[in-house]
Amino acid sequence: MRTGIFMAAVLASMLLVSAAHAASDPDSAKLSKSTSDHTKFKALQQEFNSGPEVTKACLSCHTEASKQLHKTEHWKWEYRSPEGQLLGKKNVINNFCTSIRTNEAACNICHIGYGWKDDTFDFTSEVNVDCLVCHDTTGNYKKPAGLAGNVVTKAMEFPPGSGNIIKPIDLKKIAQAVGKTSRDTCGACHFYGGGGDGVKHGDMDSSLASPDQALDVHMDALGLNFACATCHMTEGHQVPGSRYAPTAQDKGDAHVRGKEYTSNPTTCQACHGQAPHKKIAKLNDHTDKVACQACHIPKFARGGVATKMSWDWSTGGKMGPDGKPLIKKDAKGHVIYTAAKGDFILGENVVPDYQWFNGKVGYTLFSDKVEKSDQPTRINHFEGSAGDGKSLIWPVKIMRGKQAFDPVNKRLAVVHTAGNDDTGYWTNFNWEKAVAVGMASIGAPFSGKVDFVTTESTWPITHMVAPAKDALRCHDCHASNGRLEKVPGIYIPGRASDHAGWLDTAGWALAALTLLGVLGHGLGRVIVSKRNK
Amino acid sequence: MARIYIFKRFERFWHWAQAALIIFMLLTGFEIHGTYALFGWEKAANLHTTAAWTLIGLWLFAIFWHFTTGEWKQYIPTTRNIIAVMKYYSVGIFTDAPHPFRATQLSKHNPLQRLAYLVVKLFINPLIWVSGLLYLYYNDLTASKIAGVAGLKLGSIALVHTAAAFMMLAFLIGHLYLSTTGHTPLAHIKAMISGWEDQDEPARELTGNGAGAPAARAS
Repeated sequence: MRTGIFMAAVLASMLLVSAAHAASDPDSAKLSKSTSDHTKFKALQQEFNSGPEVTKACLSCHTEASKQLHKTEHWKWEYRSPEGQLLGKKNVINNFCTSIRTNEAACNICHIGYGWKDDTFDFTSEVNVDCLVCHDTTGNYKKPAGLAGNVVTKAMEFPPGSGNIIKPIDLKKIAQAVGKTSRDTCGACHFYGGGGDGVKHGDMDSSLASPDQALDVHMDALGLNFACATCHMTEGHQVPGSRYAPTAQDKGDAHVRGKEYTSNPTTCQACHGQAPHKKIAKLNDHTDKVACQACHIPKFARGGVATKMSWDWSTGGKMGPDGKPLIKKDAKGHVIYTAAKGDFILGENVVPDYQWFNGKVGYTLFSDKVEKSDQPTRINHFEGSAGDGKSLIWPVKIMRGKQAFDPVNKRLAVVHTAGNDDTGYWTNFNWEKAVAVGMASIGAPFSGKVDFVTTESTWPITHMVAPAKDALRCHDCHASNGRLEKVPGIYIPGRASDHAGWLDTAGWALAALTLLGVLGHGLGRVIVSKRNK
Repeated sequence: MARIYIFKRFERFWHWAQAALIIFMLLTGFEIHGTYALFGWEKAANLHTTAAWTLIGLWLFAIFWHFTTGEWKQYIPTTRNIIAVMKYYSVGIFTDAPHPFRATQLSKHNPLQRLAYLVVKLFINPLIWVSGLLYLYYNDLTASKIAGVAGLKLGSIALVHTAAAFMMLAFLIGHLYLSTTGHTPLAHIKAMISGWEDQDEPARELTGNGAGAPAARAS
């Protein structure tokens, strides 16, 4: 009897324990990792009428945040390269929308600040830092174009007189729900670089907001579900992995806890190390020459969003039969011509170009002379070679363009495109006026003449990493006219252009002559034996 | 007609296994080189590597066998009667003249064969073997600090390896043809399969012999 009670007690306690255990699991899954519930903060329990008001509230607890952000490229849009070029969005020209200068009110909705509409913007202002654009978790935070990055808290008509009403957003709700950055917050700008979804990069577009495994093996929403910051491991708001300071070759081992690293944590090697191929070890023999991305991103723009491959500004300004600015679309409904921007060529599932890249990128800036010639002006170019010991073969997107320049002063043009004024090209279609305003903004001379020059820019392909089974196969490169056909300075078994022509000629000649010799000899024997019979 | 046991069991196995591997490696090797597509590059490269290791294994056994049995002496070159043999293949073979050489157990190869096989063993094989291993371990090579090899270019290694492959191909063509030059077209091939060679006359003193096998003459 006693043992019976004892056994029952043991059984009951076991059940209780396991029940308690079982209960703790779903709880821990739900448990917020943050120690703060932002809805409970007094500072956030108020109506906000502007972005800076929210930032002020944020700074009441996060006292150092703006000071940190002031030191970032996300804030400064300026970067001095090791080679001494002054880069960053504020200073470079590209062959998409070309330049932010005189277009700040439109372009700078992607600045992490409020109110950068011209040169008078105060880069030392702490309240002008926009916390919400990165830390919003509601998806409701919007920075409409034309308002210099400011947000709308009361319904307003914009542009004035257009009849277009911008709906207000509820800053209080958004502020109370702040959290970590996500693919959505980063993507709000980075997916739309170049002025639209997928336009600029080719390996970043809105399809990465919730990608499947085939599109991105790491960000796979139902799998590893990486956020951008999982690789771009940010400390003190400094986001590593900028393309202005790329790591073309990482010879370090996988980062482990407890060790200090000064190297870029964003590289493949920072997690995967130097010998990531366990099943087919021979593949590890490629990592000294070939960037991981070259094989593991077989194509870019794979998510169903087209990227711009070419942009010809010179054909802009055409009006349709209705007298309105012309717009042309292709069979898929993609815009391939607008009067405001000229002709585009779009691409999906694009096979990248491949180049040696050592991490150095040279830029053609406003101050550089450009010549109109058969060779395109390289807006930027990747440096590197087979022999410099620092280069790997990288996949890149080559963006081709034709854009305005001053044929007398031989300078790339700064074009005032956006803006509801008398000189903005997108509304008035007058190049001379638009360039005059643009050039004046940087204090550059302008001859009054506008011509067009062909340009090329190079973009690293490093996102949209496919699952291993979709990586390139040997024959994609180990062949003539394969993917690496044009990559010089390296012997690729199977690529005919690497062969010593004399050896193949001599070798086959030797074999053929031997064959001819023995056939002749044999023939002689046959003839002789027949004659003898 | 006399029958004489020339090729021992291991020797025959070694010969035919090597023949198959070499032909297979020429086939896969020239695909890797980019001459044609047959298996697909990846498969060709894998098969070529597997066959290479198999052949290296076989060679190690063969080298061991050659030295422990003394068979290596079969390849000691001699100029004795070499002119006679050359004359036979260029003239005598067409006039039904007797072969100036008779194989014996201790002197299997005529002076031309000795020379040809010696070139294969001491020149072409090592060239393929060494360049092939350098090819296979190119990465470790360049990563190493060993003077002389660390700076080797893959292109140079591939060049030597390919050149050696062409030599092997030429040898193979010649060898295949010469295998038909016995007293019947299949006589040599049959001997290489069974080990027994038919000889219509017993070995004669005047036919000469290799310097390495005087004992055979006495017996």
